[in-house]
Amino acid sequence: MSENNILKIENLRKVFDDELEVLKDISLSVDRGEVVGVIGPSGSGKSTLLRCATLLTDMTCGELSYMGEKIVWNGADGRSVYADKKTLKKARSKFGLVFQNFNLFPHYSVMKNLIDAPVSVLGIEKSKAKEKAAELLEKMGLSDKADAYPCQLSGGQKQRVAIARALAMDPEILFFDEPTSALDPELTGEILKVIRQLAQEKMTMVIVTHEMSFAREVADKIVFMDGGVIVEQGAAKDIIDNPQTERMKRFLTKLGEK
Amino acid sequence: MTFGVMLSQLLSGLGQTCLIFALTLIFSLPLGLAVCAGRMSKFAPFGKLVKNKKDCPKFLKALGEAKPIRAIFSFFIAILRGTPLMLQLLVVCYGPYYLFKVNLSSSWKFFALIIGFVINYSAYFAEIYRAGIESIPVGQSEAAQTLGYSKAQTFFKIILPQMVKRTLPPVTNEVITLVKDTSLAFVLTHDEMFTIAKRISAAKTTFTPLLIAGLFYFVFNAIVAFVMTKIENSMKYYE
Ligand SMILES: Nc1ncnc2c1ncn2[C@@H]1O[C@H](COP(=O)(O)OP(=O)(O)OP(=O)(O)O)[C@@H](O)[C@H]1O
Ligand SMILES: [Mg+2]
Repeated sequence: MSENNILKIENLRKVFDDELEVLKDISLSVDRGEVVGVIGPSGSGKSTLLRCATLLTDMTCGELSYMGEKIVWNGADGRSVYADKKTLKKARSKFGLVFQNFNLFPHYSVMKNLIDAPVSVLGIEKSKAKEKAAELLEKMGLSDKADAYPCQLSGGQKQRVAIARALAMDPEILFFDEPTSALDPELTGEILKVIRQLAQEKMTMVIVTHEMSFAREVADKIVFMDGGVIVEQGAAKDIIDNPQTERMKRFLTKLGEK
Repeated sequence: MTFGVMLSQLLSGLGQTCLIFALTLIFSLPLGLAVCAGRMSKFAPFGKLVKNKKDCPKFLKALGEAKPIRAIFSFFIAILRGTPLMLQLLVVCYGPYYLFKVNLSSSWKFFALIIGFVINYSAYFAEIYRAGIESIPVGQSEAAQTLGYSKAQTFFKIILPQMVKRTLPPVTNEVITLVKDTSLAFVLTHDEMFTIAKRISAAKTTFTPLLIAGLFYFVFNAIVAFVMTKIENSMKYYE
């Protein structure tokens, strides 16, 4: 395993209620600085994959490691076994997740949204956390919104705060689950711009998206999922411009028709 | 009896009414949270017996899903909300005597009164809290979880404040009902305002004390409504 490996998922299977097999045999490895775009039709298991990787959903079988440290492995009965609480807490500090519908804390101001977790989870000094939050807000073009509450922001602004909140924890890797799907087309651009900038800064990211041209442009690697399996993966331009499988071709044609 | 004497007696009763009101709230508001936790418990001790949910006998599946703590709390909440508070007060007060032949001290009545009120109201508050918690999008806890908050931090920092805001209107309703329910203390002949008003009214064959008591309840509730609106407004800064 390379030293630069951030995330490694091996033979992940997810079965809901012992009957609905949503992920069949997923293996995915993400190296430092890599941007991975995950695409695929609705219901193909993209969100479930991210939820398993971010420990929101329990894996049924398979292994998961962050920065070379195993936090989920297969037990004797072939089912996933999770590491102890402390190890999981440490693993959680390695990643950040940006949701489709933001999930900002409505009762906290923008500033408090950004500093509360660094202070009360990581134990960072409040003044330091504030400094860092101010920097992040400036980067997001939201310096004037520090004292605003989420309900006073537009969707695009909310999502930028959500990205800043995840970045405030200094994660090694950021996951995005359709970060622009809840936004009007005009607001989509401002989020894509932020992600593009993060990519330039070599932030490691896994992005589930329906924005095909954006994925092609910003991702180093594309993972195409369908029916709970990774059908194709490879360099972004190869995959999108030269799909090898019928399924991928069909998916791209369908998108093109829209 | 002069009007002044009657008024001073009623006012001393009002003191007791306020005491019952305050003690009930002080204990039942937090106790409701504990009852709510029990009511929402996901503890399923037999879950491990089910190796595969798809092909396992029906009874085993049901056993695996059984949540005993939740069931117990649901049962008691149903009883507390489904029977008259007056009856519950009598049961708490005289139950120990009839069941265990315990000799009850003279101060017991007051304790029984408060215990009865607190238990009954905590059941109502628990259900209000539960509805409030369930109305908060799961994304809130998920966001907190991925940020590394512990379960306790997630509850106290993220869920509870939002729950309080959402449940304030129904809690206000309960508090207003409680002001009037304090009059049920008459079944244990505790000298609160209503008991005194009834006694004077019967002794002097006059309706005045009851009307005055009614006025006091009304003013009491106007103050409660005013305070609760203030609290509600103080939380209007976010949605
Ligand atoms: N908690 C759950 N319980 C049962 N089934 C679920 C659950 N979550 C997701 N599923 C099922 O898993 C499948 C994959 O869902 P998932 O949300 O991962 O798809 P997706 O690729 O993200 O789709 P979309 O593009 O619409 O977001 C769907 O069939 C869905 O119904
Ligand atoms: Mg999805």
